[in-house]
Amino acid sequence: MKPAPFAYFAPHNLDEALDLLAQHGYDGKVLAGGQSLIPTMNFRLAQPAALVDINRVAELAFLDEDAGGGLRIGALTRQRTLERSAAVASRAPLLHATMPYIAHVQIRNRGTLGGSLAHADPAAELPAVMVALGARFRLQSRRGARWVAAADFYIGLFTTALQEDELIAEIEIPAMPARAGWSIQEIARRHGDYAIVGVAAVVELDPAGLCRAARLIYFSVGEGPTAAPSAAAVLLGQPADDGVIAAAARAAAQQDIDPLGDIHATPAYRRHLVEVLGRRALQEAFGRAVQA
Amino acid sequence: MATRYFGQPIKRNEDPRLLTGQALFTDDVHLPGMLHVAFYRSPYAHARIKSIDTSAAAAMPGVVAIYTATDLGDYWQPGPLLVPPPPVKDIVFNPRMQVPLARDKVRFVGEPVAVVVAASRYQAEDAAEQIFMDVELLPAIVDLEAALAPDAARVHDDLDANVNAHVIQRKGDYEQAAAQADVVIRRKLHYDRGTAAAMENRGIVVDWDARNQQMTVWDTTQAPIPIRNGLAAMLGLSEKQVRVIAPFIGGGFGPKIMMFYQEEVLLPWIAMRLNRPVKWIEDRQENFYATTQERGQVHWAEMALTRDGKILGVKDVFLHDAGAYAPYGLTVALNSQCTLLGQYDVANYTSEFTSVFTNKPIVTPYRGAGRQHGVFVMERLLDIAAKELGIDKVEIRTRNFIAPEKFPYTNEIIYQDFAPLTYDSGNYLPAMQKAVALIDYARFIAEEQPRLRAEGKHVGLGIVTYVEGTGIGPYEGAKVTVEASGRVSVATGIGTQGQGHFTSFAQIVADQLGVAPENVRLVTGDTSEFYWGAGTFASRGAVVAGNAINAAALAVRKKILKKASDELEVDEADLELVDGTVSVVGSPQTAIKLGDLAVRANPMRGAVKPGTEPGLEATDYFGPERGATASGVHAMIVEVDPETLLVAIKRYVVVHDCGRVINPMILEGQIHGGVAQGIGNAFYEQLAFDENGQLLNASFMDYLLPTSDTVPRIETDHVETPSPLNPLGIKGAGEAGAIPVGPLFAQAIEDALHGVELEILEIPLSPSRLYELVQAAKAS
Repeated sequence: MKPAPFAYFAPHNLDEALDLLAQHGYDGKVLAGGQSLIPTMNFRLAQPAALVDINRVAELAFLDEDAGGGLRIGALTRQRTLERSAAVASRAPLLHATMPYIAHVQIRNRGTLGGSLAHADPAAELPAVMVALGARFRLQSRRGARWVAAADFYIGLFTTALQEDELIAEIEIPAMPARAGWSIQEIARRHGDYAIVGVAAVVELDPAGLCRAARLIYFSVGEGPTAAPSAAAVLLGQPADDGVIAAAARAAAQQDIDPLGDIHATPAYRRHLVEVLGRRALQEAFGRAVQA
Repeated sequence: MATRYFGQPIKRNEDPRLLTGQALFTDDVHLPGMLHVAFYRSPYAHARIKSIDTSAAAAMPGVVAIYTATDLGDYWQPGPLLVPPPPVKDIVFNPRMQVPLARDKVRFVGEPVAVVVAASRYQAEDAAEQIFMDVELLPAIVDLEAALAPDAARVHDDLDANVNAHVIQRKGDYEQAAAQADVVIRRKLHYDRGTAAAMENRGIVVDWDARNQQMTVWDTTQAPIPIRNGLAAMLGLSEKQVRVIAPFIGGGFGPKIMMFYQEEVLLPWIAMRLNRPVKWIEDRQENFYATTQERGQVHWAEMALTRDGKILGVKDVFLHDAGAYAPYGLTVALNSQCTLLGQYDVANYTSEFTSVFTNKPIVTPYRGAGRQHGVFVMERLLDIAAKELGIDKVEIRTRNFIAPEKFPYTNEIIYQDFAPLTYDSGNYLPAMQKAVALIDYARFIAEEQPRLRAEGKHVGLGIVTYVEGTGIGPYEGAKVTVEASGRVSVATGIGTQGQGHFTSFAQIVADQLGVAPENVRLVTGDTSEFYWGAGTFASRGAVVAGNAINAAALAVRKKILKKASDELEVDEADLELVDGTVSVVGSPQTAIKLGDLAVRANPMRGAVKPGTEPGLEATDYFGPERGATASGVHAMIVEVDPETLLVAIKRYVVVHDCGRVINPMILEGQIHGGVAQGIGNAFYEQLAFDENGQLLNASFMDYLLPTSDTVPRIETDHVETPSPLNPLGIKGAGEAGAIPVGPLFAQAIEDALHGVELEILEIPLSPSRLYELVQAAKAS
């Protein structure tokens, strides 16, 4: 379990880091918290020729409240920083509530927000939460910057919109709308494990108390964060009572999600959990929206 | 003699060293000029080797040597058969042992094929990646039943079937008993594989001193003395030329006994050939393939009972997964066979097993060592019988307990120590009563469970019993010495892997010699300190080495009394050993310190009297006539989420009887660790092999060990039924915690999911598997 040989670079600023990425292209890999990359290298599943260690790039570690009630977060911000941030707790409570599900304290001390989002593990919580929150990412390369919505960022299994010379520099999370509620639900074998199935929900009510918008984003059920549009369609314009919620969760399980099996769960068990967790998430989210 | 330390929960002597990082582990050994070893292991479960190309690897930076089977010459030999077949009539036994490096064929994923020696482990692994093996793939034998199909591929070409052994043992006449029964329960039960996953992986460092013709081996073995003897023979050296040190070891659990692992055989040979120190430390990924595993069995079992729940007989036919080679003989399967009847008085028993070769890692004993399977089968059959007959599950068990006056109780069949299976002592009802009281059984059934069910909660209670054969021979020995400082040193041949030997053995000596346990220094696992012994396994350390140490300490005590009697001119009967001195009873000012006495017993002038040995030292041995049988009851309350099938343990109770207890705190630690491993085995851990024999979860990301949030607080209590087989009256305790957890989970979960006609006949479980079982039960 020793990694294959690789070249190691430790740039001190973003320009240097982007130069190195441009120079090494496909053979280069960004090292942030290293909580996924290093084990993968030790198993020799990943054998990058060059590591660009961005841990000294201080300009990528920030956590700012913006004027509109949202958050702007540097990609190198540690997960533990988010977990302990009062700004995150008040402005993005879904993100705050998600943090304890992510592995263990030691891993969150080291792991970064941008690292998890770029790694795009289909079982990871943060990509789904960002899609549910309607976040967008600033992708930076020597060629310039571009903003991509989280929903468009995830393309396939461990595959994102990132070009080989780009890295995620910043994450922008919009303010929660009025009369909105949220929930994070997951089933894992042990605390801190990747989810067998998980779901992040954000819902909004209109002044009449009917569902105005619903985003139910599952993880660990497909190639990446997986939306449930049929479930959302069942909810739109409806009062969020138990019957509607149950119908929406059923629609998610039967129409939106087609999970695969692995050694931890059969497809049938996962599909069953999609319904159970969808129902629990919507109940909690609408409960919060009513109180909001 | 005042017993002051035996039975006390004193803190462990070894902990300051362990907790401050001052203890020596094998990987801490760094020698000048040391080379590092990595293995090229088979990526295939079953294949014929056509060619191995090491040329690219040999040209890699830092590579010193690469060896394959052909390079070993006459040193290439299958390993020894460690445990011969038991003396059972009509036994079929086909021993096939592992080889140092695969030649002609590979038989499991991870089998060593080539060994790379390089300046660093990194370079060795880089080079191993450049070794190429051309093979003809053969069908992998994975499933136990399919392995015995007439047209199945053969793991060992020279055998006409994948049969390692076939054994039938009988007590009474089961068929006759079944004919008279009111009810016969028949079920097929499965138990699947897990791995011990000790915190420290295996490792070995070898230093060959060519000038002195001396070899020093640091090895994570549970049996250093047999390793020394075997290596010396293989290498053509005298046993005195080989010193094996088993230093501190981070967990053994059985797999570290298996003598002789391929790496253990190869590294000494490489060190001599290159005349350089060499080191190999197993990494976690290798541990999933290269270290032995356990637990795969399929049982077809039946139990014949009267309508009032009295067991008339049991019949069990099972297949045992031996893996690709079977160096440890039939110990695991024999343990299953001999533990099955448990605490129950069963007059008629037929047990037949076939040990099956498969293309999976080698199977040797792992904590519990086959006992789990027997207990699972018996306890499940009793639960099903209780349901069918409408008898309370505690009641059906107590009705069948062996009565206390029937001990010693013989089950007649042959045990793993080759003696007829005889329980030395036992008293099962008090332990059950304590467990029932502790878990508040009656109130739970009558009040708590109905109340919680009314609230929509799915809670269930499990309660199961087990026995554990412990403390088998052949023997261990010890040397006890009083030093001039007054401190006492003790040397014994067994190794230590966290059991607290430095403390519990010190307590035994402290009582005999009247010294404080912290003034007793123990050396274990160094063949230069003690020459004879077998090792730490089968819950035997405290029983066998503990009694040897007691015997040696008693001999030293006699020497002390005799010498002090001469020196003080008082009768031996008037002397007592207190606080490191020998003094006259009732006249403590007439005393001599033990250290001073030791100096006088080893004088610079004058003479040691004829017939006397110098110093205050003695060596003695202890070999029990047969194993001592410990026993216990586990009870548990769980809550199951009926939608997600997640299981939460609400309470966990263990009442345990291992005879006289040396140190209750250490005993509790053993039980806690065992229960944790049992919980992992029952609900989290499962080695997932696909149909090609590939292990799908060879990392701690996917092989789920129990964690601090999955292991509950464990409430323990004890019953002490001394063993008559040793002077200290003790029985082993190392495996007890792990043995009955599977059937406990099954019973408690079934109880929690009342209303679903669920019958759990397999271990390990998982929420996903429970979902399948519940769906199937609802459909039928």
